[in-house]
Amino acid sequence: MNTPVDITTESITLQIDDKDVSCRKGETVLQVARENGIDIPTLCYMEGLTVWGGCRLCMVEIAGSPKLQAACATVCMEGMNICTKSPRLENYRRMIVELLFAERNHVCSVCVSNGHCELQSMAVKLGIDHVRFAYRFPHLEVDNSHDRMRMDHNRCILCSRCVRVCAEVEGAHTKDIKGRGVLAAIIHDLDQNWGESSTCTSCGKCVNICPTGALTHRGTAVGEMTKKTTFLPYLTLMREAQL
Amino acid sequence: MNKTITIEGVTRIEGHARITIQLDDQGKVCDAQFHVTQFRGFEKFVQGRPLTEMPGIMARICGICPVSHLMASAKACDDLLAVDIPPTANKLRRIMNLAQIVQSHALSFFHLSSPDLLFGMDGDPASRNIFGLIRDHPEFARDGILLRKFGQDIISLLGEKKIHPAWVVPGGVNAPLTAQHRDLILAEIPAALSRAARALEYFHTVRDRYPAEVDAFANFPTLFAGLISPAGLIEHYDGALRFVDENAAPVADLTDPHQYQSMIGEAVEKHSYLKSPYFRPRGYPEGIYRVGPLARIILAERCGTPRADAELGIFRTRLGRSPQSSFHYHWARLIEILYGIEMIQRLLEYPDILNTHVRSRARPNRLEGVGISEAPRGTLIHHYRIDENARMVWANLIIATGNNNLAMNRGVLQVAQRFVDGTHLEEGMLNRVEAVIRCFDPCLSCSTHALGQMPLCIELINSTGELCDVLQRD
Ligand code: SF4
Ligand code: SF4
Repeated sequence: MNTPVDITTESITLQIDDKDVSCRKGETVLQVARENGIDIPTLCYMEGLTVWGGCRLCMVEIAGSPKLQAACATVCMEGMNICTKSPRLENYRRMIVELLFAERNHVCSVCVSNGHCELQSMAVKLGIDHVRFAYRFPHLEVDNSHDRMRMDHNRCILCSRCVRVCAEVEGAHTKDIKGRGVLAAIIHDLDQNWGESSTCTSCGKCVNICPTGALTHRGTAVGEMTKKTTFLPYLTLMREAQL
Repeated sequence: MNKTITIEGVTRIEGHARITIQLDDQGKVCDAQFHVTQFRGFEKFVQGRPLTEMPGIMARICGICPVSHLMASAKACDDLLAVDIPPTANKLRRIMNLAQIVQSHALSFFHLSSPDLLFGMDGDPASRNIFGLIRDHPEFARDGILLRKFGQDIISLLGEKKIHPAWVVPGGVNAPLTAQHRDLILAEIPAALSRAARALEYFHTVRDRYPAEVDAFANFPTLFAGLISPAGLIEHYDGALRFVDENAAPVADLTDPHQYQSMIGEAVEKHSYLKSPYFRPRGYPEGIYRVGPLARIILAERCGTPRADAELGIFRTRLGRSPQSSFHYHWARLIEILYGIEMIQRLLEYPDILNTHVRSRARPNRLEGVGISEAPRGTLIHHYRIDENARMVWANLIIATGNNNLAMNRGVLQVAQRFVDGTHLEEGMLNRVEAVIRCFDPCLSCSTHALGQMPLCIELINSTGELCDVLQRD
């Protein structure tokens, strides 16, 4: 499993949202919460890929600690008391998603992923009806050079799911992230057009794993892009079985 | 002292129009201009987007006639792919386009224009609107609302959305028609036909009451332009773009859409964001032409459906082959409603209408594409250029309302000269200035204010810029 530390057979107990739960030592707060039917929102986390901890949506409060912690990257400890929902957390989560919208150009109504987008449904789930920050409207390219797939930087939230699936599951490591802060961007090989990449195997895993309309099939029109993510748990399971 | 009268239209949503009437020293009208002060900039912000997104984006140009932009855009994209779309997709697109024409014409005629016709141009503005209509002519108003619903329901059955359906895609449509939906639409046809027939009956009782308006509502000879089928029938989706003169004699046929610029020039005027297209061989502004229902009715030899042709017969017996007054747009619109319903039925009865092959797939095979279709308000042209990676680099749109720009301006001047007297301002004359614009049913949201009248402000301004008089209507 792709957790920060190895999972052991030793069991520990803790509280999440006032509920007593037990787990194996080494499991993360996010895993244990989900195993117990407690929902914590995420965008960059993907079961089967290494933990990234980048989107910060899964922040939780831990009693005794003034800092918020990312549930996906925090290993459970005996006696922990965790709160996953509070006005403070909800406010931060909304703010994070609003900032994602403000950072690039998301025009859902004409987006190929409209109606099938994790960012969009996250906004709905968090009750976001407006964005309180000024939009940046950056000028970003659509890379339509690949024969079958398209990268639209306007819709990318830099969750790095594509980078990880490409490196860790397909083993190609075509994609990476260049730059820092608002200048960060997904690149292919040595910052070439996707269509010119010599490492891309055209497997399409990145397209299916991408939560938004950033990576899509070419030729899709508005609202037509749907993603199939079931391949990942299957591949993970097969890999674990082989080990 | 020169005076300027300005009619400001304040609008519900986007779309903003203003009319300026210039008076000379004697207080007589010497010039008039219809300004469109909205700026949409679609040509600019589509740059860099993949072509497959174009129909969806272009449909957003307008919340009132999105389907028309979908059609022209999809046709331009088909051209870029260099594909023939499957015959069933062609029929399905036609059905949606006709449904749009029916619903848009119903809105224009019943909701916006009929209050003037039924209550009179000088009628009390408080009741000269859709609410007055519902009170005094409930059956008539109901017919209008239901005819509009008929068109809208078809659009939403096909596209799963009333506004901005994403169903029309480059290469065809993205889902076939189901038997259940076909039957639902077919079941509504008889009622829709009798509603359209009743509207015509009503219209015949009032159409002769307005000789002065017929005479002065943009009544001058111009060219007319519109699509026409190879057999000379009325056409809204495909075919050649024909220009005819004031006697309905063909002047030119544009069979290759790529050559449209050889026939249509576009003049830009300082006072408006709306370009002024003209028939290039005649130059500017002599190349003035009109588009829309009246133009299509004049162009076509006949409609090709029995009821519409019968009504067209009455129209021609009464007004001749090519009446020049824009007042007759109303009648033409009603004939097209009838035609639209009959044609939708005919298309739905084709045996291949439920075929599931409704989309041709291809990569872009051309770098330049042009799509021409007929919107309710007239000919619509979308012209795109893409790069080798199928991203838009350039677009030019000639919108239906734009084609009529020169004629609307001249029409406003004509009606102002007839009805506006600079010494005092009256509601009735303001309404006529507005009504001549409404004949063309320009696609500006101000012209489709839900109450059937625009909140207006008419201002009398002298040459030094002082405000002399104001007439306000909320
Ligand atoms: S990627 Fe998602 S959130 Fe962004 S525009 Fe597309 S649908 Fe909207
Ligand atoms: S392209 Fe998609 S998967 Fe990759 S970082 Fe951007 S949003 Fe995430």
